[in-house]
Amino acid sequence: MDYLLIFIAAVFVNNIVLAQFLGICPFLGVSRKVETAVGMTAAVTFVMTVATIVTFLVQKYLLERLGVGFLQTISFILIIAALVQMVEIILKKVSPALYQALGVFLPLITTNCAVLGVALMVIAKDYDLLKSVVFAISSALGFGLALIVFSGIREQLELTHIPKSLQGTPIALITAGILAMAFMGFSGIV
Amino acid sequence: MKSIKILLNGIIHENPTFILLLGMCPTLGTTSSAINGMAMGLATTFVLICSNTTISSVKKMVPDQVRIPIYIVLTASFVSVIQMLMEAYFPALYSSLGLFIPLIVVNCIILGRAEAFASKNSVYHSFLDGVGNGLGFTLALTLLGLVRELLGTGKCFGFSFYPENYGSLLFVLAPGGFIVLGLLIAIINHIKEKKNV
Repeated sequence: MDYLLIFIAAVFVNNIVLAQFLGICPFLGVSRKVETAVGMTAAVTFVMTVATIVTFLVQKYLLERLGVGFLQTISFILIIAALVQMVEIILKKVSPALYQALGVFLPLITTNCAVLGVALMVIAKDYDLLKSVVFAISSALGFGLALIVFSGIREQLELTHIPKSLQGTPIALITAGILAMAFMGFSGIV
Repeated sequence: MKSIKILLNGIIHENPTFILLLGMCPTLGTTSSAINGMAMGLATTFVLICSNTTISSVKKMVPDQVRIPIYIVLTASFVSVIQMLMEAYFPALYSSLGLFIPLIVVNCIILGRAEAFASKNSVYHSFLDGVGNGLGFTLALTLLGLVRELLGTGKCFGFSFYPENYGSLLFVLAPGGFIVLGLLIAIINHIKEKKNV
């Protein structure tokens, strides 16, 4: 039951993009087409889950044991950067097709603040390992849900007439605002 | 003359938030009030000045292939410094900004300025570039926070302008952040168009 609650809270109620403002850059950057949005979601889900597991273990068994909690930010960002690099190399060897599909999205994930954000959040919330993994996967799915819905809307927006000063980012932000309003309807469920 | 130009470049012509659209997460996440926006802006400014100055002074020693990881480590150490300073001296602000303080590391403005400016220019100019961009970011965040707080609660910086129940809480919550920022950028685009015609 706990796990289901974490899942629903992370996907709908506290959606990582629309309620917590993490990962806005890729949300605005790669949401022009539904296809790229799906690719980005897959890459983020993978990296976020692995990164959360590794940073969780490092926090519990290295940083806390040695009493060097102040190195948290530095070590987490390095782990994520190294992990992204490693995933890239492994994918290239093991599954060139998937590597081709994810392509440019992989290096972009290092600067996706949602990944570092989730890694820090599970520590702050004091979850155990299994809960952290569930939280990471559902946060990534929440990111994907927002991204894919948003890219669908943006594909439609391309076809409409928009006043010149609102074109591009402004209208995208306002659309995201309306989408966030829709997601506010979920608040209070959990 | 050049110094003033570099300074103004970051504040107005290439404002990181309104013109270049960098660092969107803290821009939206921390501007539920003007004071929070300003605090976030100043914390980022501190990191930006330190990282720009340091990166510029070590630019000749850093091998080209590994420069990005080195920049990230340097930035992360300054972020840890500001994190601990804020936790010690401004605990209230620290807890309201929360997660966004450690997330300064992944703010694209910092890595962007390191890569685009500090790795090519002198220490003094990089310092000025850090000040300019930091102030530009701070101004943008304060403005956004001001508008959201005023529309949402009728207050700004603690002064009350109209009764709180006339305000629309929506602007303080997540959707308001997106909408106000979208409209502010639209207004700036409009002004720029008028100027060009």
